[in-house]
Amino acid sequence: MKVEEVPQDKSSLKNAKTKELCYAVNKDGKYVTKLSDGWDVKTIALNKSLELIEERKEHFKTEFLKGKISPIPYYMEVNRMDLNVLASYMNQWKWTLKRHFKPTVFNKLSEKVLQKYADTFNINIAQLKDITQNGN
Amino acid sequence: MEIDFKHKQSAHCENGVISNLLIHNGYNISEPLAFGIGSGLFFVYLPFLKVNLAPAISFRPMPGIIFKRLCKRLNIKIKRQKFKNPAAAKAELNHLLQKKIPVGLQVGVYNLTYFPDEYRFHFNAHNLVVYGKKEDTYLISDPVMENTTVLTAKELEKVRFAKGAFAPKGQMYYPTHFPEKLPLEKAIKKAIKATCRDMLAPVPIVGVKGMRTVAKAIKKWPKKIGVKKTNHYLGQIVRMQEEIGTGGGGFRFIYGAFLQEAAEILKKPKLEDFSKEITAIGDLWRDFAIDASRLYKNRSSKSDGYEKVANKLLVLADKEENFFKRLKKEIV
Repeated sequence: MKVEEVPQDKSSLKNAKTKELCYAVNKDGKYVTKLSDGWDVKTIALNKSLELIEERKEHFKTEFLKGKISPIPYYMEVNRMDLNVLASYMNQWKWTLKRHFKPTVFNKLSEKVLQKYADTFNINIAQLKDITQNGN
Repeated sequence: MEIDFKHKQSAHCENGVISNLLIHNGYNISEPLAFGIGSGLFFVYLPFLKVNLAPAISFRPMPGIIFKRLCKRLNIKIKRQKFKNPAAAKAELNHLLQKKIPVGLQVGVYNLTYFPDEYRFHFNAHNLVVYGKKEDTYLISDPVMENTTVLTAKELEKVRFAKGAFAPKGQMYYPTHFPEKLPLEKAIKKAIKATCRDMLAPVPIVGVKGMRTVAKAIKKWPKKIGVKKTNHYLGQIVRMQEEIGTGGGGFRFIYGAFLQEAAEILKKPKLEDFSKEITAIGDLWRDFAIDASRLYKNRSSKSDGYEKVANKLLVLADKEENFFKRLKKEIV
């Protein structure tokens, strides 16, 4: 990659007032560093990845409103977590968490467990129980 | 208190922290040199391990390995500490800052408040340096950021004790001992040999063989798992190749910069040619990313597009196999 080829496409880096460092070759054939505003090729890949999370969020929201699942899968997506990450934060087995996906099991959870979920997801218990109260 | 610490932006966090800590101690080791001596160039495909709902692909070895190898090869001693108790972790950090020692920390990315929201994922092997403290705020040199930044004590505790894979457990590190003269030449030779060995490893998921396995998989994906999933998988490959601080082209450009520096240190002008060659290979990786992005941009894609992208990867594997075989012979 030549210095003048380092892409300068608009990306979310700007929101954080930063740029990304790339390595490129200058006119004399020497490697130098050059800052980049972003590259569409990867911005698209990142956005597609985020879209997928949005889709899953919507899906779990609908399922929750239908009463088919507990709110936990929805909040997992909001926090970009998978079962491994959640299990680690909750200090629980994955299969225990999977049981909590069932509304019947979730409704019987103790205040203590609910509070732990709420803390993990950075919300309060009321929001945990009813996702329509969540800003997202 | 604030330590006089020079923040220098880098492409990748791990190399950047090492380089900045060494420079602080008076050893001018650039990011490419740190990356090269740590044998950072790598390729591995772990289809059974899912990251972001896609098979894991990495262009670098496991977190921490580059640092470990670099220190071993340069005879630098590092003190590392992990903690169970956040209060103890904080006290020890404060104690070191008091002694004017800038400290490297392993942290989770998800709660780094200064990162753009789009980049906040549960990735726990990020590295940064704390170089001071003002009341309840820590002064942070995050090598992937253009400028220095800050985190409150509470925010810092959260990222130091993030949970999940590679949980940092408050890990912190700093160099404690340096040799009189860094054995640079010996280290560089050893490192290049190790990289050649890794990339030519006779294992189907590692190095050029791993690249071929991925190429074969790409050809099968559209039929096996559908276009939507295939596109997601391709997007994740491109992100690993370009996004995660690789400096472009899956670290090939940083490696090119390393070979250029190595040519001078070893007085081997031939390595300049190898640098040019890996740069051209890096450009091909960029082309591969562009072609892949055309596929995941539009959902309705003809399947011969996947064939073509896969073939490009096969060409890359051939070129790199040839490259590393010759590079191996060059370093005796």
